[in-house]
Amino acid sequence: MESWRKNPVVFWLLNLGPAFWLFVFFIVPLTIVWVVSFGEKRGIVDIEITWTLANYVRAVEPLYLEIFWKSIVMAGIATLACLIVGYPVAFAIAFAPERLKAILLIAVVLPFWINALIRTYALIAVFRSRGSINFGLEWLWEQANGLLGLIGLGELALLGEKFAPLPLLYNNTAVTLGIVYAFFPFMVLPLYANIEKIDRSYIEASLDLGAGQWRTFFSVIFPLTWHGVMSGVIIVFVPALGAFFIPDLLGGTDSQLIGNVIERQFKSANDWPFGGALSFLLMYLTFGALALRAAVSGRKQGLEA
Amino acid sequence: MSAGQGAGPAGGGKWTVLRRREAVGPLEYTRRWWMRLTVGATFLMLYAPIILLVVYSFNDSRRNIVWRGFTFKYYEKAWNNESLIEAFVNSLAIAVVNTLVATILGVLVAIALWRFRFPGKAAYEGFMMLPIVIPEICMGVAMMAFFARVGWPTGLPWPLTLSNIMIAHIAFSFPFVAVTVRGRLVGFNRELEDASKDLGASEWQTMRYIVLPYLRPGIIAGALIAFTLSLDDFVITFFTAGPNSVTLPVKIFSMVRFSVTPEVNAASTVLIVITVIATVLAMRFQSPSRRAGGEEG
Repeated sequence: MESWRKNPVVFWLLNLGPAFWLFVFFIVPLTIVWVVSFGEKRGIVDIEITWTLANYVRAVEPLYLEIFWKSIVMAGIATLACLIVGYPVAFAIAFAPERLKAILLIAVVLPFWINALIRTYALIAVFRSRGSINFGLEWLWEQANGLLGLIGLGELALLGEKFAPLPLLYNNTAVTLGIVYAFFPFMVLPLYANIEKIDRSYIEASLDLGAGQWRTFFSVIFPLTWHGVMSGVIIVFVPALGAFFIPDLLGGTDSQLIGNVIERQFKSANDWPFGGALSFLLMYLTFGALALRAAVSGRKQGLEA
Repeated sequence: MSAGQGAGPAGGGKWTVLRRREAVGPLEYTRRWWMRLTVGATFLMLYAPIILLVVYSFNDSRRNIVWRGFTFKYYEKAWNNESLIEAFVNSLAIAVVNTLVATILGVLVAIALWRFRFPGKAAYEGFMMLPIVIPEICMGVAMMAFFARVGWPTGLPWPLTLSNIMIAHIAFSFPFVAVTVRGRLVGFNRELEDASKDLGASEWQTMRYIVLPYLRPGIIAGALIAFTLSLDDFVITFFTAGPNSVTLPVKIFSMVRFSVTPEVNAASTVLIVITVIATVLAMRFQSPSRRAGGEEG
C-alpha cells in the first residue's frame, strides 16, 4: 500500500466520484433528516428548525415506546427462530460432502435474491383463509368427516358443521413468520462460515472422551461458533427491526412496528420532524446492536489470542 | 484417526467390514435421518411459497388455489396492463443506469482503498459501509427529504423523471460493488503491478492492461449485484418514487395491497426469473474456479 502523496493525481481521480456521490447523495440526505428531527412543524410543508427536543420526547412517550419495544421483541423472536432453524441447516451444509455443499449453499442463498416483497406476497397466498394451508386442512377435514361418516358418526358433526379456516394471516404470528422467511439466509451464511472452520478433531476428541452428541454440541461446537451466532443474530435483527412492508402486508391492526410509524410520518401524516426523530432513534438502535457485536467479537478474539 | 475405531468390540473380521460400510460415522451428520428431516423441512418451507406463486401464475382459475389447467392468460393480461409494463420499463431503465454508474464508482473506490493509505481512511471506509448497514427505511426517508428539500424538478420528460430514483439506487448499490471488487483484489499479486511499471508502462497502461483484466470477474459480479439490487429494491424506491415514476416492485406492492390476483403472480414470476438469472451469473463469475488467473475472453 502506498501513501496517497506519492500519486495524488491518481488518488483524487479514483476517489473524487465515489466520495462526491457518498457525500452529496447519502451523508447530506441523512443530515437533512437529522436536522429536521430537531424542527417544529409549522404548516403542511413548513418546518422550522428550532433545535427543540420535543420530537424525541414524543418518541419516548409510552405509546411509541411500546411500539419500539414491540418491534424489538418481534425482531428478537424472529431472530431466535432463524437461529434455531438455521443452525441445523448451516451445520448440515458444513458437514456435507463437497459437491452437495455447493448445491445446498446456493439453495439457501437463492431465495434471498428473490425480492423480499414478492416472497412476502407468496406467504399471503399460503396463509390467507383461502390459501394453501387452509386448503390442505380443509381437504384433511373432509377426509376425516368422510371417515366418520363411514363408521356411522357422520350425523354428529363432531368436527363442526362446516370447515372453519384458521386465521393465519393479519396477526403478529404472521408478521414474525414473515420476518423469519425474509431474513433466514442472513442467519445461515455466517453460521456456516463459522461451523465450517471448526477443527473437527475437537469434536472427535469430545466424542472419544465419552461426551454424547448433545453434550459435544453444547460444550464444544456451539461455543466454538459463537462468533457466527453473534454475526447471524445481528445481521437478522437489524433489518428485522426496521421492516415495514412485512407488518404492513401480513399484520393486523395491532401489528404496527416502528417502520410503519416512520413510514406514516413521511407518507401520510406528513410530520417529518417526528418521523426524522424516530428514524434516527432506529438508527442509533442499529448502531448499538452493531457496536455490541464488535465488542463481543473483539473480546472473544482477545481471549483466543 | 476416527472416533469410531475404538467403539466396536473386536468381532469377526468380515462381518465388521461389511457393517462398517453402512454405519453412520460420528461426524457424518448429513447421513442422520433427523438431520435430513430438519434440513428437508426447512428447504420445503423456504421454497414452497415461491414455487406455489410461480405455479399459480399459470393456473387457469381466478380463485388461485385449485388447479384448473395451464394458461398464459395472466401473462397476457399483465402484458396488456399498460401501467404494469410502464413500471417494468422504468425498473429496467433505472437498473441499467444504476448498473453502469454504480459499477464505475464501486470499482474506483475499491481500487483506491486497496492501493492507497491516507489520513482518515478508516472513517472513510466506515462511511462507505454505512449505506449497507443502516436500515433501508432510514435511507428511504432521507432520500425523500433530500429531494424535497433541494426542490428536485418533477415535471421532467421520461428518462429524467426517474433521475432521483437512479441517484438513490446508485448511492446504496455502489458500496456493494466496492465490497465485491475488493474481495477479488485481495488475491491480486502486487508484484505484477510493480513489474508492469518497471517495464515502462504508464499508470494508465498498468490499470488498463494489468489490474482491470484481473478484476474483470469481480467487476462483472459486482455489476450483476448492482443490477439485481436496483431491480429488486422496494423500500428506497417507495419513498423516492412519484406518481409518474412507479417501478415494478412499487407497482406490485400497490396491487398486492389491493387484492391477490394471478396477474401479480405473473408479474412477480417475471421479476423472479430475471433476478435469479442475474444472480446465478454473478455467482458463477465470483466462483473460485475463475479466480485462478487466465480469464477466458
